[in-house]
Amino acid sequence: MQALQTEELCRIANEMRKDIIRMLAEAASGHPGGSLSVTDILAALYFKTARHDPNNPNWPDRDRIILSKGHAAPALYSALARSGYFPVDQLMTLRKLNSPLQGHPDRRRLAGIEISTGSLGQGLSVGIGMALARRLDQKNYWTYVITSDGEMNEGQTWEAASFASFHKMDHLIAIMDYNKFQLDGAVKEVLDMEPMVDKWKSFGWYTFEIDGHNMEGIVKTIELAKTIKNAPVMIIAHTIKGKGVSFMEGNNHFHGVAPTKEEAERALKELDSHKF
Amino acid sequence: MRERKMGLATRDAYGKTLVELGRKNRDIFVMDADLAKSTKTDFFAKEFPDRFINVGIAEANLVGIAAGLAACGKIPFISSFACFLICKGYEQFRMSVAFSELNVKVVVSHGGISVGEDGASQQSTEDFALMLSLPKFVVMNPSDEVSARALVEQAAKYQGPVFMRTGRPKYPVIYHEGTQFEIGKGMLLREGADLTIVATGILVFEALMASDILAERGISASVIDIHTLKPIDRELLRQQAEKTGAMVCCEEHSIYGGLGSVVASVMAEECPVPIAYVAVQDTFAESGRPDELIQKYGLTAANIVQTAEKVLSRKHK
Repeated sequence: MQALQTEELCRIANEMRKDIIRMLAEAASGHPGGSLSVTDILAALYFKTARHDPNNPNWPDRDRIILSKGHAAPALYSALARSGYFPVDQLMTLRKLNSPLQGHPDRRRLAGIEISTGSLGQGLSVGIGMALARRLDQKNYWTYVITSDGEMNEGQTWEAASFASFHKMDHLIAIMDYNKFQLDGAVKEVLDMEPMVDKWKSFGWYTFEIDGHNMEGIVKTIELAKTIKNAPVMIIAHTIKGKGVSFMEGNNHFHGVAPTKEEAERALKELDSHKF
Repeated sequence: MRERKMGLATRDAYGKTLVELGRKNRDIFVMDADLAKSTKTDFFAKEFPDRFINVGIAEANLVGIAAGLAACGKIPFISSFACFLICKGYEQFRMSVAFSELNVKVVVSHGGISVGEDGASQQSTEDFALMLSLPKFVVMNPSDEVSARALVEQAAKYQGPVFMRTGRPKYPVIYHEGTQFEIGKGMLLREGADLTIVATGILVFEALMASDILAERGISASVIDIHTLKPIDRELLRQQAEKTGAMVCCEEHSIYGGLGSVVASVMAEECPVPIAYVAVQDTFAESGRPDELIQKYGLTAANIVQTAEKVLSRKHK
């Protein structure tokens, strides 16, 4: 959308991380770990690769972005606010009564949300529907589905995976925030889904494996993914849960526990110290 | 005795109407989960192969794709057996369709126990209960070929999620060709003074037969066809309850959570009268011919008559 350079995108992602910390500390509940791990991916989409118009959220030719891992809503809200869908100040209403910023995304309440999510494993099917509508209408938009490693546990994911390749669905790009943890612990201890790349390849998806915090790599891979014809694309992005805040990184306590005021101050100080 | 003139199965009426709708509206897109020959979406598939997809035996994915299509302005009609689509797709109906308020049309076949010989695993006596509890979903159950055709057309015009049950066997004809139907408006088929028989689906004809038998015994019954369980026609129910002072609810569904439960809760608020129920009890049915099952599980005109007489004795206490 915008001709932003990598450094600027990294700076925006850092601001988003600060938003996430502030919002969650204010709400005193929510999911910091998975919001911080997906931030760079969302920054790359909303501020670089995806075509969208905050002044016209229902633009028929817009790219569709589905946050299938709905618990990372704070990261999505920050991306929407900072790209101009609503004032950044409003982020502090997260999870409060009457706020459009529900605990998990609610399309009825907030322009820019393509589909309500929060129950895992459903976004890929919805994305297929949107990509199918594109094909029927001969439009040229892309559908992006942001999914998670935990969502790979869900059977519906694999129903969708089989369908999309069989029907040669292109203009459909899934990006997996592979942060290695789910609520109850490490993915490899709860229900290991490895070999992840082999699984997606064998399901007929054109598969990339990238560092989900390397902004240049994310952007380049998405641009490359858009050139793939007659097949859906899965970008497996290796990420760190809680990325950007050292005491949250890889610490699954912060899967679904908001930082205290004191922890938030420490986190913000650390994020402020990052140089780009 | 009322003549039992058989019309099409409501699933056939659905399949044919869908083709007509498809000719008029390019946005209609139909999907099935490997039961198109049984749900009759195969009629549409033959005429519009570009607007039909069989997703395979994957109901959750089916519902999700429909939500995505609806979010982009399409009007998806999705079908499978009632038990499979509603139970396996339920969470997707909740999250991706109802909570997202999307314009998805869910038309299931093989509702109730009149599915017959295939047995309990293929029958559905819980679909109303499940779909009634999802916010915004319209819940419909046509009683014959004519009403099925009209209500499928209404569903296509209506903006929002719709659930409709159709059945496998041929249904007796109740309505004249061209009868007008409106979502949420019950049909008062007969007006009586002593009690009101409220029925839905295949039980509507049984209710009419029951009213004939009751008439011979000097009891005059109103008969209402509730083709829309949600939103239900409160006004018509209240009016008939006030007039007749007793009700019998009849449905090919579990006694828990279907027509009877909705009518009881409406009447408790609007006009408390004695109510009794003709429905499948707290049990699964079994294999058998549809008529044998309807009889064994107590859903015949004779059962309605018996239940009516019981409720009348409570009314007169």
